[in-house]
Amino acid sequence: MTLLTSNLPIIALLPFVAAIFAAWAARLNRFAAAWVAAATTILALAFLAPSMAAVFAGETIIQSWAWIPTIGLEFAFRLDGLALLFATLILGIGLLIIIYARYYLSAKDCMGRFFAYLLMFMGSMLGIVLSENIIQLVIFWELTSLTSFLLISYWQHRKDAREGAMMALVITGGGGLALLAAVLILGNIVGSYNLSDVLTAGELIRAHPLYIPILILFLIGVFTKSAQFPFHFWLPHAMAAPTPVSAYLHSATMVKAGIFLLARFFPVFSGTPEWSWLVGGAGLITLLLGAYVALFKHDIKGLLAYSTISHLGLITLLFGFGTHLAAVAAIFHIINHATFKASLFMVAGIIDHETGTRDMRRLNGLLKYMPHTAVLAMIAAAAMAGVPLLNGFLSKEMFFEQALIYADANPLVWMVPILVTVAAVFSVAYSLRFIHDIFFNGEPVDLPKTPHEPPRFMKIPVDILVILCLAVGILPMFTVAPILAVAVAGTLQTTPPEYSLAIWHGFNLPLMMSFIALALGALVYIFRKRLFIWHEEKIAHWDARIIYHFILNSIRKLATGITRAFDKGSLQNALAWIITAAMFAGIVGFMSFSAPLFGQRELMPVDGVSVLAAFILIIASIMTVVFHRQRLISIVMVGVVGLIVALIFVKFSAPDLALTQLSVEIVTIVLLLLALYFLPQTSPKEIARLRISRDAVIALLSGGGVMVLVMAVLSRDFAPISDFFLTNSVPGGGGSNVVNVILVDFRGTDTLGEIVVLALAGLGIYALLQGVKLHAPMHNPTGLVWDSDRHPQIMQTLTRLLFPLMLMVAAFIFIRGHNLPGGGFIAGLVAAAALIVQYLANGLAWTEQRLKFDMLWLIGGGLLLATLTGVVSMGLGYPFLTTTFTYITWPVVGKFEVASAIAFDLGVFLVVVGATVMSLVQLGKLSNPAHQQNKSQQQDKSQSQGGAK
Amino acid sequence: MEWLIALVIGVLTSTGVYLTLRARTFPVVLGLTLLAYGVNVFLFAMGRLTIGYPAVIDAAAEAYSDPLPQALVLTAIVIAFGMTAFLIVLSLKVRHELGNDHVDGLHQSNDEPTLQKNKQHKPSHSVSSNSEQGRN
Repeated sequence: MTLLTSNLPIIALLPFVAAIFAAWAARLNRFAAAWVAAATTILALAFLAPSMAAVFAGETIIQSWAWIPTIGLEFAFRLDGLALLFATLILGIGLLIIIYARYYLSAKDCMGRFFAYLLMFMGSMLGIVLSENIIQLVIFWELTSLTSFLLISYWQHRKDAREGAMMALVITGGGGLALLAAVLILGNIVGSYNLSDVLTAGELIRAHPLYIPILILFLIGVFTKSAQFPFHFWLPHAMAAPTPVSAYLHSATMVKAGIFLLARFFPVFSGTPEWSWLVGGAGLITLLLGAYVALFKHDIKGLLAYSTISHLGLITLLFGFGTHLAAVAAIFHIINHATFKASLFMVAGIIDHETGTRDMRRLNGLLKYMPHTAVLAMIAAAAMAGVPLLNGFLSKEMFFEQALIYADANPLVWMVPILVTVAAVFSVAYSLRFIHDIFFNGEPVDLPKTPHEPPRFMKIPVDILVILCLAVGILPMFTVAPILAVAVAGTLQTTPPEYSLAIWHGFNLPLMMSFIALALGALVYIFRKRLFIWHEEKIAHWDARIIYHFILNSIRKLATGITRAFDKGSLQNALAWIITAAMFAGIVGFMSFSAPLFGQRELMPVDGVSVLAAFILIIASIMTVVFHRQRLISIVMVGVVGLIVALIFVKFSAPDLALTQLSVEIVTIVLLLLALYFLPQTSPKEIARLRISRDAVIALLSGGGVMVLVMAVLSRDFAPISDFFLTNSVPGGGGSNVVNVILVDFRGTDTLGEIVVLALAGLGIYALLQGVKLHAPMHNPTGLVWDSDRHPQIMQTLTRLLFPLMLMVAAFIFIRGHNLPGGGFIAGLVAAAALIVQYLANGLAWTEQRLKFDMLWLIGGGLLLATLTGVVSMGLGYPFLTTTFTYITWPVVGKFEVASAIAFDLGVFLVVVGATVMSLVQLGKLSNPAHQQNKSQQQDKSQSQGGAK
Repeated sequence: MEWLIALVIGVLTSTGVYLTLRARTFPVVLGLTLLAYGVNVFLFAMGRLTIGYPAVIDAAAEAYSDPLPQALVLTAIVIAFGMTAFLIVLSLKVRHELGNDHVDGLHQSNDEPTLQKNKQHKPSHSVSSNSEQGRN
């Protein structure tokens, strides 16, 4: 794998890895995080550079790896002209932003967090533009929503930041879901989730009956991200973010992601009337709305926010025109907007940083305080206004031209050129306001700080961007032309149309429109006072946020209402709902089943012993319920039920299960008894008849339902898959006990999962009981004082004698397990029982003195052993947990089989012993201090033998 | 025989569900234990009932019971033990933290009579008659 076959995923994933380092580096040094971020960006650019030549030569680089091959999913990356343009913008402007942010953030701000978020966001953006798989694209898309949420809410202490971030997340995240739906349908129609296939299937998709729904879902995704009407209102609220974030998100990245998608899917969706109406319509409205509102914002960032919305609308409108030349203009404006808007946001940040306010009613005449910044701001703002010799002018000219061509071709929309000129008028007016209001127009009013020039490195990024604006504006053919050409080719997926980037096209209509816009814009600005008053009175109170909050609150109320209806904060209630729902699902299943309820299979005859056993089990179960308030009795009854269940397993040819059930039963009952010692001995009486009868009905219905289900199954024949196990057990697994071979070999991975669960239960118990001290009762419920002789001599002697015997039984069961009933689980339980008996009879201290190892080690060692067995077989080139076995001849014993599965089974054994003993010993430990406490209180006369020291 | 096993599973389910819906932790643990028995026997029975043919390969055997459900149930039994153990310890912890053993952490539930702290115990017949009602 050389660099050129895998550099794309590295570019996209590198920032995520670096984010960890950035967060960590911030501890070393205040600026280390910025260095990490900058180095990462440069490194990513370095990874991108080698591929550039191929892209400029017209190639599309695709790098893919199998992801879920069975459904044709690939982890795939793509680099064509469009992706290259965006990747360069993201990394290039990202680098400038990082340098800028390093000086912008104050000493109070956590640098590590900021740069970690910024890097993650950068990675997500790169992931979007470099994705070849469209599902993968949506994943990165949603990652940008999440990481932008983190960035916008960076100043978590501020309410507006939290709210703005939340709004951005709700809207862009919701749009992401719509986009996911669109992508899934798209993949389904095309039969592939690869962009290359989708891009060539435009004809098919546009002719498909689902074209309109897909288009709408797709556009919801695009419009929410790119702040197009009617989803535009989140963007101004996202201005609560630190200015470097705003500069990054709203110039080259976040909002451009939607635009990127429009460009990416341009060959797929465009060219239909629906596309033009939806995309063009939203773009036009957004263009006008943004340009108009921007003029009236007193906050510099507010003005820039609405101006961003307006310019995004302009780009969207261009895509909406649907022609190839319009797409060229759109791509060109993407580049231009990114450069001048990033620089303007940075200027806004500098002004805020050096004066302490962003209010244009207070900021006046800053020219003499910060002349350098002022010049930069004026050039950038002029580019925004579309003044000749700057880059904004060129793309705006192209835009006017396309509007005229479009109106010519579609007489129905004759007023489009007029409307875009109106938007341009406002664009000129707010750009003028940005320049005149801030840098001229008298003296500053009541500024918190005396303004001065910012640190040099805060200006350098702006310098670079402004120089770019000028260079592109004056010498377009020598600067932007090559990248524009490949980006257009990547967008259109065909040979780009003929276009000219010249500054001078002669006196034509677009030029006239530019001059009209400049002249009228100046006039609007001069008469702004009256317009401001009129706006304040008539328009200012309209706010899309009100509708947003209304919708959000309605949804919240509905959700809370539904939750309240089901969940009243009561487990009993919730359980009743769950069981009833399960029952209802079962009933629906029965109802929709047309065949007769019971099959024709011949049933087995009933014998007397079975009836008796069943009768005892039923009585014991019912007694458990009847005496459930007398807890000791109910434990005894549960024990009876468990023993009969073991007998059921014996009867129906399941010796392994019977052994397991029997040993588990013993351990469970001991556990319940130990626990009961610390719990109330009785339950209080229940007086709510209604609840009791409701529960009884639920219980009887579920029991009845299960019974019918069992009969429905048992009265039918079936074809089990077990023949495979029966035939392959000896030749493949080397054992004749098929149940055990399934556990340790065929389904070994499942068993590994199960012992992990058991280990976790044991560890959970250990963790839960840390530091718990329970009050132990001194007497039983009837008032009888507990016997002070806790470890009777006869029991002690007997259990000590039994111990080796029990361990031998465990070893015997373990060794024979592979061929005869037995195995790690059962042996583990027997060994655990042997140990527990020692604890019970001799006390904790006595046993622990002799048993000098920690159960935690046993659990860990067991898990490790079981996993290693699997890993070893992987190391030998077989799948995980493949058994190998061989026969060896022992002198006396004879021929003996050694299977690698025995090591795995030993792991199972260790985990079972460890987890079981730990559960009980932890409980027992609780009773030890409690007892001592009681004893000292009682001043008991007997210093009983063998007890706790 | 099939009907008998179905009845057994049904009874285990019913009693398990009823106890699971109780308000105190201990009966809930018992209920889940019973329910686990029911589920285990249910899973086991899905391999159909076979008498006298354990799934141990033997040249003389004419048939075998289905080993797969047995393997599933074997681990299920052990996991059910792990769950019971965890739950009962959780209920101890809850009692330690909250000072009561109600599933919702209530000291006095509204469907229980007041003055339950009383150490005197009711005559057993009233207890069982109440539970009888509960079962119906």
